[in-house]
Amino acid sequence: MVQTPQDGESEAVVEFRDVSLLASRGRPIVSQLSFTVTRGETLVLLGRSGSGKTTTLKLVNRLLEPTSGEVIVEGRPTSEWDAIRLRRRIGYVIQETGLFPHFTVARNIALVPKLERWPEEQIRERIRGLLALVGLDPGVFASRYPRELSGGQRQRVGVARALAADPPIILMDEPFGALDPLTRAELQREFAELTARLNKTIVFVTHDVREALKLASRIGLFRDGRLAVLDTPAKFARSGDEEAVAFLDSLGGATE
Amino acid sequence: MKPARSYLLPSILVTLLCCWPAGIVAIVYATRARKRWQAGEYGRAAEAAERARIWCWVSVGLGLPVALLGLAAVMSGDPAGQVAGVVRDVIRFGSFFVANRREVTSLALQHLLLVAVATGAAAIVGVPVGVLLTRQRWLSKPVLAVANIFQTVPSLALFGFLIPLLGSHGIGRVPAIIALFLYSLLPIIRNTFTGILGVDPAVREAARGMGMTDWQLLIQVELPLAMSVIIAGLRVATVISVGTATIAAAIGAGGLGMYIFRGLRMYDNILILAGAVPAALMALAADFTLGLIEKVIAPETSRRKRLWVLVLMAAGVLILGAALFVISLGRPDDQRPSQDVAGSEVSPGARVVVGSKDFTEQFILGEIVAQTIETKTGISVERQFNLGGDLCHRAMLAGNVDAYVEYSGTAFTAILKHQPLSDARAVFDQVRSDYGERFNLEVLEPLGFSSTFAILIRGDVARRLNLKTISDAARYAPEWHAAFGQDFMSRQDGYPGLAKAYDLSFADVPREMDLALTYRALADGQVDFIAGNSTDGLIEKLDLYQLEDDRHYFPPYEAAIVMRKDTLARFPQIAEALKALAGKITDSDMRRMNYAVDAEHRDVKQVAREFLSAIKH
Repeated sequence: MVQTPQDGESEAVVEFRDVSLLASRGRPIVSQLSFTVTRGETLVLLGRSGSGKTTTLKLVNRLLEPTSGEVIVEGRPTSEWDAIRLRRRIGYVIQETGLFPHFTVARNIALVPKLERWPEEQIRERIRGLLALVGLDPGVFASRYPRELSGGQRQRVGVARALAADPPIILMDEPFGALDPLTRAELQREFAELTARLNKTIVFVTHDVREALKLASRIGLFRDGRLAVLDTPAKFARSGDEEAVAFLDSLGGATE
Repeated sequence: MKPARSYLLPSILVTLLCCWPAGIVAIVYATRARKRWQAGEYGRAAEAAERARIWCWVSVGLGLPVALLGLAAVMSGDPAGQVAGVVRDVIRFGSFFVANRREVTSLALQHLLLVAVATGAAAIVGVPVGVLLTRQRWLSKPVLAVANIFQTVPSLALFGFLIPLLGSHGIGRVPAIIALFLYSLLPIIRNTFTGILGVDPAVREAARGMGMTDWQLLIQVELPLAMSVIIAGLRVATVISVGTATIAAAIGAGGLGMYIFRGLRMYDNILILAGAVPAALMALAADFTLGLIEKVIAPETSRRKRLWVLVLMAAGVLILGAALFVISLGRPDDQRPSQDVAGSEVSPGARVVVGSKDFTEQFILGEIVAQTIETKTGISVERQFNLGGDLCHRAMLAGNVDAYVEYSGTAFTAILKHQPLSDARAVFDQVRSDYGERFNLEVLEPLGFSSTFAILIRGDVARRLNLKTISDAARYAPEWHAAFGQDFMSRQDGYPGLAKAYDLSFADVPREMDLALTYRALADGQVDFIAGNSTDGLIEKLDLYQLEDDRHYFPPYEAAIVMRKDTLARFPQIAEALKALAGKITDSDMRRMNYAVDAEHRDVKQVAREFLSAIKH
């Protein structure tokens, strides 16, 4: 069920229109966000801890609701979506994986298809296919529990689970943040290949500028709850924004 | 000496058999823990280490008392004799169970029923409440505080409150179950609450982010992951309930507490143990079973292991069932008294409740009243014995009990709150008219004997110092310690008046404690002066001496049956039947029957039956 690229290559799948979210005491967590994510692109939200990128992510699948402004997903404001329906159309991967420790790998992956009442046979087929897709041998891993996996394996299962019901949109919150550098690099490479093949719309949160440059079709830089820069990696690297410069400086002489 | 010495070997064997296997189990677990640690399975290693620790204590717990007993036996100079005594007690304990196996079984089942119903209900209520608290967090503080308060109320006090609240269900199983239910709530609610809150927030966020509804999140994720904590709460609740249920015997709920209370009243350690040991075993078994259940439903348990545990549990249930079946074989059919009485025209559902207070004499009197009603009228009688304090009176007012035996002096001073009088007849007449007017209760003609407070000292002290009267003893009192029942300490015709009448003072303030325990304390030499009942069989059994009340301070208390007037109106034949008892029980009859039960450990029903057939002829 791979979606073919249509003529509307620049069609907005997610759109933020002047979105702000205030904390209970009125302090803004994010303010006046306006941007679009187009079909098939990988938008990487980059920023320091607490700059509002994870909050932005949660506004997309309505784990949070904006205080003002609108988040539009597939043409409809999230406030008009049934939250459950909306979330099942959006894959979700988080840093700690959020795999259910009491489910086997297979059941973890089958979660959304089961909630959507897919036929058993189709679910089994899907689990096999997805495990193979993320590079895990189904015969070995399907019946294991998350605690019997390494960190990298867990993240692969997390990605497989997010892809399970073939959602058009995938949100990823520092999915590779907790991995050792070698495993991280390996997963990033595979992930880049995967996204190229699947044509999913991806919003990806990270504080690792190297990861952002590697994976993004566009980078959105957050500072204090605002979007400071939104551009392609090449233009981002040349931007004069001081936060962007600070991030790039942190790479040392390693890039370019 | 010779036969005694032959007990030495078996007792040593018992020690070895008890504590060695436990020690070996501990060692096995400890080795397993080390292996797992080396294999890097830290969680499982910790689990095994925990088990090793428990079994280590079991081994020490079994071995230490036996070692101490052995040491005490050796130091006493007559080791063989001491050991023989212990062994004899063990044998007596064992034979008690064999002889009373049906009663033990039925009391244990009653106990189990109380606990199962109460904790079951607490689980059905507590788990949803705990879940609700995780959804409405602001409720958690007040709700947990209320549950906490329930748990801090002493059980007897809670029973006391429940009697007037529940009206016609104020005594028996209903209040016991309600009290146990309230006690069980806190651990279950708290563990459900903290168990669910303890679920990894990342897991919860992932579940919601993937489009689980709140219900799906709860059922598929939160409850399964919190299950071990919830079951731990259930285990705590069950163990607490098994213990607290023993106290429920005080309000006529039955259960193993009956033996404990009876044993305390009768100065009989074997009886106390007969209640305490099965209760302790039941607590352990319940804890173990719930642990198994936790294992079965734990998601990480492999299918094969799960099957094994299930088979083990099924086998346990089968064995238990078979054991109960065998024990109940040959159980005599419930003798329906209504069928024994020829020509009686009583509807089959007719039933009255006879109560009794919580000491031997009252059990016997209750039994005499109950059997008289059963045999003469054919009305079936429910026995609500062992009601402590003024529970009988309160239960009568609430309509839970139809009849019990009260003492005129107690009614006069403790219930009606009049100033004590020494004229027995005047006291009785006043009680009768006040009861009719104020409580709508009928006081029947006195049974004959009068029971009064008996001031008791040890027999050997009385002989050595040649003491006969309370006045004689008052000279020595300043060097003595005294102990009195709660009742005696507070009532107007009790200690305050006695001290004034005889100018008594003791070495320290008299200790206030359970009446039955004052007998033990006196016999064991911990106190020197107590106030008991003049008709008590223990006086003779424990070689106590009753000092004469030479200044006639205590009014004579006549025993008489008190009945609810509406019960009498419904069943006029009962008044007719009970008339036969008026004036028939003499002081010496009563003392003899008390002695038969307290000292000779004879069955209360049997003693009552023999007495009734004796007065018939």
